[in-house]
This record gives sequence, C-alpha cells and structure tokens, in this order.
Amino acid sequence: MSTGTSPTAPKTEVVEEVVIRFAGDSGDGMQLTGSQFTTTSALVGNDLATFPDYPAEIRAPAGTIPGVSAFQVRFASNDIHTPGDAPDALIAMNPAALKVNIKEIKKGGLVIVNTGNFGAIDLTKANYTYNPLESHDLDAFQVVQADLNKLTKEALAGLGLDTKATLRCKNFFALGMTYWIYSRPMEPTLEWMKSQFKKRPELVEANQRALKAGWNWCDITGVFQSRYEVPPAKLTPGKYRNVMGNQATALGLVAAARLSGLQLFLGSYPITPASDVLHDLSKFKNFGVVTFQAEDEIAAACATIGAAYAGNLAVTTTSGPGLALKGEAIGLAVMTELPVVIVDVQRGGPSTGLPTKTEQADLLQAVYGRNSEAPLCVIAAKSPSDCFDAALEACRIAVEHMTPVILLTDGYIANGAEPWLLPDVAKLKPINAKFRTEPTDFLPYSRNPETLARPWVKPGTPGLEHRIGGIEKADGTGNVSYDPANHEFMCRTRAEKVERIANFIPEAEVKGAQSGKLLVISWGGTHGSIASAIEKCEAAGKKVGWVHLRHLNPMPRNLGEIIKRFDKVLVPELNLGQLVRLVRERYVVPAIALNKVQGRPFMTSELVTAIEKELA
Amino acid sequence: MTPVTLTKKDFKSDQDVRWCPGCGDYAILNAVQSVFAEMGMDRSKTVIVSGIGCSSRFPYYMSTYGFHTIHGRAPAVASGIKLANPELDVWVVTGDGDALSIGGNHFIHALRRNVGLKVMLFNNRIYGLTKGQYSPTSLVGAVTKSTPNGALDNPFTPVSVALGAGAAFVARSVDVFGKHLTETIKAAAQVKGSAFVEILQNCNIFNDGAWMHVTDKDVKDDSIVELRAGKPLTFGKTSQFGLRLNGFDVQKFEIGKEGAIDDCITWDPGMPNPGLAFAFAQLAEREMPMPIGVFRNVERANYERAVHQQIAEATAKSGQGDLAKLLNSGDTWTVS
Repeated sequence: MSTGTSPTAPKTEVVEEVVIRFAGDSGDGMQLTGSQFTTTSALVGNDLATFPDYPAEIRAPAGTIPGVSAFQVRFASNDIHTPGDAPDALIAMNPAALKVNIKEIKKGGLVIVNTGNFGAIDLTKANYTYNPLESHDLDAFQVVQADLNKLTKEALAGLGLDTKATLRCKNFFALGMTYWIYSRPMEPTLEWMKSQFKKRPELVEANQRALKAGWNWCDITGVFQSRYEVPPAKLTPGKYRNVMGNQATALGLVAAARLSGLQLFLGSYPITPASDVLHDLSKFKNFGVVTFQAEDEIAAACATIGAAYAGNLAVTTTSGPGLALKGEAIGLAVMTELPVVIVDVQRGGPSTGLPTKTEQADLLQAVYGRNSEAPLCVIAAKSPSDCFDAALEACRIAVEHMTPVILLTDGYIANGAEPWLLPDVAKLKPINAKFRTEPTDFLPYSRNPETLARPWVKPGTPGLEHRIGGIEKADGTGNVSYDPANHEFMCRTRAEKVERIANFIPEAEVKGAQSGKLLVISWGGTHGSIASAIEKCEAAGKKVGWVHLRHLNPMPRNLGEIIKRFDKVLVPELNLGQLVRLVRERYVVPAIALNKVQGRPFMTSELVTAIEKELA
Repeated sequence: MTPVTLTKKDFKSDQDVRWCPGCGDYAILNAVQSVFAEMGMDRSKTVIVSGIGCSSRFPYYMSTYGFHTIHGRAPAVASGIKLANPELDVWVVTGDGDALSIGGNHFIHALRRNVGLKVMLFNNRIYGLTKGQYSPTSLVGAVTKSTPNGALDNPFTPVSVALGAGAAFVARSVDVFGKHLTETIKAAAQVKGSAFVEILQNCNIFNDGAWMHVTDKDVKDDSIVELRAGKPLTFGKTSQFGLRLNGFDVQKFEIGKEGAIDDCITWDPGMPNPGLAFAFAQLAEREMPMPIGVFRNVERANYERAVHQQIAEATAKSGQGDLAKLLNSGDTWTVS
C-alpha cells in the first residue's frame, strides 16, 4: 500500500537482457564499478559477458578523451556469448565519456549524465565547444541528469572525509542508481566493501553510504519511469563462478601441474595484457608453484626452458612483442624437444601497438615466427572460461608429445568475464608425464613410435648423463651432427612429430548446416560473436555451417573433408587475414577473408551482414 | 654401497675435443675435470650450461649433464634449472662476448639475485668462433677484423661488472696457472650462491698473446699480484714490492726502501664494503700489477633457496593447496 506522498511507483518491466556501459575518467573507478555490477549479476543467476575497455596510460590527463575508461556488461536470462553490440544504457561520468561512447548507445536508450563534471573546463578538456546537454545531441535518448558530485557530498556529509576522498565515492553512487534501475541487490557490494576496506572503517562507511544514497535517490525522486528486471538465466545446472580469461589460464596451469604430478614453473616478464597470469600464479605458492619474474622476455623464456629440462611443468606468459623476443629461445626448445608452454595474450600491434586492446594478429607469428624449420603446436582459447581447458590442453600436448606449445588467448577474453560451470576435479583427465630412468639402451633422441616424442630425462638421474643443445642432433644419440642427410631427416622428424599430434586430438565438429553453401571457420576469442551471429542466421532460416578451431597447428584431421562439403569458406578474424592464409595453403581453397583490426571485437551485426552477403 | 672414487678421466665425455690446437680452453677443461674428480662430485647431479662461442662447447666434453644453449642466455637457462631443482650443481661456461655483450643482462641479473650458479668466464678479448671481431673486453685500439683502424670503445673489466652487479663471490685466474686455477675453481665450487670466476684465456688463433704482458714467465712475477686471504699484498720475484692504501687509492711501493711490509694491505675478501675489491678490479688498467685470486667472498641470501622457502612457508601456513577448493573460491552460485 502506498503511504500517499511518494510519487507514482514505477512499473517494473521484465526483460530478457540488458547491456550497460559505465564510462568515466580512468581515475573514476569505472573498472571496479563494472566488475561489482558483474559479480552481483552473476550472483542473481544471470548469464553475462563483460568488455572492459581502458586506456594504456595509468592516468591520462584527467577529463580528456584519451583518459576515458569504460566497462560494458551484458546480463541476460538467456544464453549469451558476447558483451553485446549497442548498450541499452550509458552512465557517463564526464563530457569526455559521453562524447566517446554516445555514438554506440542504442537509440532510445538510457543515458545517465553526471552534471557535476560538466563545467566549462570539463567541456573544453573533452573538446566540446558547446554543452551537449543543452544541444540536440541527446534528443534520441532518455537522458537523466544528476549532479553526482553534489549528491555524493551530501550523502557523505559529516563523515569528515576531505573533498577528494568524498568525490572518489561517486562511482558507487552511480552503481547504487543502476542497482535500483535493474533491480539488483546491494548486499554483495556492501559486503565486498567491508572486506575491501577492512583497515579503513571510514571508507567502508563512506562507500556504503554512497551506494545506498544512489539507490535511494532513484527510489525517492521518481525520475525513472521504469525499473527493469532480468530473471536468472536457464544455465546448465551446476556450480558456477564468474571468471576472467587470465584467471582461468592461471587456474588451468595449476590444475595441469596437479594432473601431471609436476611442479609448475612460470618464467615471465610483466607485459599488458598478460601480467595477471603472473600475478595470480604468484599467489598460489602453497600449490608449489615457482614464479620467476625474469629480467626480460628472453630470460623468462630461457629460464622456462631450463625448468622444463630439469623436469618441471614449465610455462612462460607474454603478449605479442614478448613472443617476438622469445623467438630464438623457442627455437631452442624446438631443437632440444622440451615441453614448454608459451601463453601469448594477444594485443593490438605491430610494435607497442594498442597494448590494452584486443587483436588476433599473432597467429602467423606463433605458427611460423622462428628462424628455419621450427614447427610447434599452436592452440587457442575461445572464451574467458575456456582458457582453463585450453591451458590444460596446452600442458597435456607439451608433456605427452615433448614439444613447445603456444597457447593463444587475447586481451578481450583475458580481461572479459563470464560465468564458469566449475569442473569436477575428480573427472579431469590425468596428464601422462613420464621420465626416463632406465640407463640400459638409453639414447636421448630415441623416439616413441606413436608420437615420435623423445624421452624426458631429469638431470639428477644416475646413468643417463647426456648433453643437449641448439646444434643439430644426430638421430638417436643426440650428438652434434653436421651430416646433411641427418639434418634433413631431423627436420622432417620434428615436423612429423608435430603433425602426429592430430592423431591425438578430437576431430572438428560442424555446428549448424553439415554441408551446403557456406562454411564459417574461426578461431580464438571471436567465438562468442560468431556463435551469436550463427544463431541469428539460423533463427532467420539461413543455412550455414560453422567450425571453431581449438587446434591451429596441427589442425584437426577431418577439416579438409569438412571444407569439401561446402561451396564457400568464410574466415572472420581480428587481423588482416591469417587463419585464412593457413586454410588456403593447406586445403587449397579460395577461402574468403573477413577482417577487422580496430582493437575491438566483432559486432554480431557485422558478422550477420557478412554471412548474409555470402549466402545471397 | 662403497662410494666409487672417480678420476679425472671419469669426467671426460666420449666426444672428441674440437678446440684449435694450443687453445687455452684445453687447460681449463683439464683443471675442471681434476677439481670435479678431486671433490668427488656426482656426475648425475652436475649440469654444465653454456651459451655460444668457443668456450661454450665445454659441456660436450664433460660426462655430466650438459646443455649448450643460445648466445648469451646460459645464465637464464641455468637459473631456470636451479630454481626447478636446487639440488643440482649448476655451472655456467661463457666467454667475454657471450656473457658481457649479448648476454650482459642475464649475467648481471643472475649475480644480483645470487642464484646458486658457478659462472666461469673465459676471457680472451676476442670473438673466436665468428673468426676474430673485437669483444667488449678488447682494448681501445685493438685491430681486429671488424675494427681495422682500431677499436674505439672502452672495454669492460669482467670482475668490475660482477662486483657492480653485487656478486657475492668474485675471482680471477689464468688458463696456464694450473695450480692457481684448480684452487680458484675449488673455492668457487664451495659457494652456495653465485660464484663468478674470470679466467684469462689465450686464443692463439685470433688474439694470440693477449695476456702475455702479465702471464709470460719472464714478467709474471712483477706483473701479477696474488690476492690471498689474510696475507699481505706483495709481489715481485723476491716479493720486494707491496701494495698499500693511500687515501682511497692503492699505491705500489718497494718494501724496505719506500715502506715496511706492515704497510701492505692484508687481503680480506670478506670485507662487507666492496670498495677495495672494486679498486683492485681496476688496478691492471693503471700500470699496476694484475690481481688474481678471490676478490670477494661474502655470505648473501641465496635466491633459489629463498624462493623454495617462501613456498614452504606458504604451504605450512595454508596447507597443501587443494585444487577443488581453489577452483571453487570466490563468489560461487548454484543453478539447479
């Protein structure tokens, strides 16, 4: 029952999904705000996908366009694969955030603007010569103007915090507003604040007050006509947690160490966007994980090779520029046939490129980027949670086939989050790590007849002392050999060893049409966008087949046969055409390239348009 | 089981040694094999790691475990081996180009961290394997294939670089000084952390006689001073010269004429302040005798042991990691 004086209670609309984007200055705490919204949405049971998008500079000049940091989250009651194309709502903390993001917001969408940062200076910093709030720029949107600075100050009055500390809480005022609008509970964030600021009770109080004040402001003022509710998603039953790609990679590596019974060694050098794997693994000391922050990328790779030689599950993590630096060392791992896992969290390039933006342009570097004939295994992860399985797979192949393996992830899935159906640890397949200990008839370069793997011998094993190195090996003995015929034999053997991995990996599966006009072949982090596009096409009655590759070198044995069943092959990638070259070369088909290199993922709509064009 | 006594021969591999006849590396190989036999080292627990260059062929000639890596990177590979298994005895064999030019970064960082590696740098002041270009220890004016008009850049003194990197054990010896060399290698073998030994080595093909001015038997008494712990620093055929401190500098004097033997510096490689060791590292560049022996030998926390200590402490505190618990950590929810 209404008590009479409050404005008309807003109606609550149930919707299937919402995409919102928090945008502000890089000092405004947008990443934190977005991840809190994500955690809360996960806990209410939505399916979700996130897209953090932040500048490479820690703090670009405040209020400017390069300093804008954004976090997009899509939460849904249905099964979703991407963070969404056009947001339904934008929270813009300053003019620069408005300017950068408004063009992507759905027409008719909700735009909440913090007018507290819309003074003349703020507008100038964002290169506005006028005030967009007083123009027709926003006519197509439902705009809610609120001075979050003033409202936060009022909410925190009497706490004794200075203005700077007070204003730092305004992101939680904004978060409180969104919690009210989208009917999210505040408790998870209130609890999180308690643990986050454990040693600063005044900050717990301030942030909690700001969050509640944002909620209450919406409740009292009646500014919003509607509230929305997104019911829980019908996900596969089981226990879930929210996970980011880099986190899942780290967990997958720890799991691989357990499943192989090996000590995990990580040799790494800080590089965006891969560093979080190093950070996470350095916390897992009680799992016996040795993390080594080396002096440079080369040392990280070389120490990893040393650890593999000494019998550890040895991993190095990096991004594109680091992979380039590690190239010579990886060649040594190819020559000495040691199990080394190299994780490349791809980013925009070349050179420093776009360190915080995503790209898939290291595929050819991974497959070919070493001197001479240096074949190795390349696999890729397709989503944040899939990084766990991909890390396990990389370790398994490395150890069971005695070869370096490059695992490609990318900035988009490394920093993006999604709900992860937790695996049953007891059901994870063990990794078969075997060390040779028998001295009789020992030859360092003898081979397993099926895999062609050479024996792995830990230094410290009596009777098996031997020498290895980067100089060509004589077949069997591993002694230095300059014999021409031996060199060709060894080059071919190393290549065949990698090719034979195809006998141990699953065959490719075609989703959708099993034959016909068009086959889409994709790899890596574009999986979500392409899955959405394929679903849309199918819903519209269009027939298209789709293969998403985990294994890029070697490729699944049946891929050639699948390609033959279709008239055309379309290869969408976030590069200028790399997998498409491999497909054209290996299967001699005129595969069509669909490329985007803007540091951003594909939009579902872009893919649907391209697929329709090829089907027409 | 009675321990098997190994001889020098037991440390030889079955491979033919392929250094040029007359190369200083033969003497060093011989010395290392003698020391390893004498110290009763376990072949199966010993790993010799090298980079690229003539000296870096060393592992092939030893019957221990061996890893011939890539140019300059031996300290990094060796660090990984030692971190993965601290029980292994890990030796690095490198050269002046390998350690100080292409591998300079790994060299200084391994010493800075005090990883338990024994690093032997064969310094012949030339690139031998690439057939005679100047190296970072070649003298200004050195005429080589790549510097036909003379080298222009100032050389490194390896001992100075090692001391500058904070190395805990730093020594110098000479390929042809058999006894001194074996004693120095033996001292290095007993160090827990990083041990660095520069070995002045002759390349008789591309830089023959690079050290003749100090090592030749006619001049060595007057041109070399041996650093011996607890002993006064004297040199000369009849020990007629001494070295004393003059302010912050080292001064040469004739004992009896210009001062007394008590004026000589008594050598202490364990001095906490590396200043004097550094002054001695620079000595030979200043028309003074070339010091050989142990410049510095101090205790410092050993990196790989500290790394494993942290792991042990974390495990003692939180218990052995439980994978299921780790995966299930954070905010979880159940969909039924």
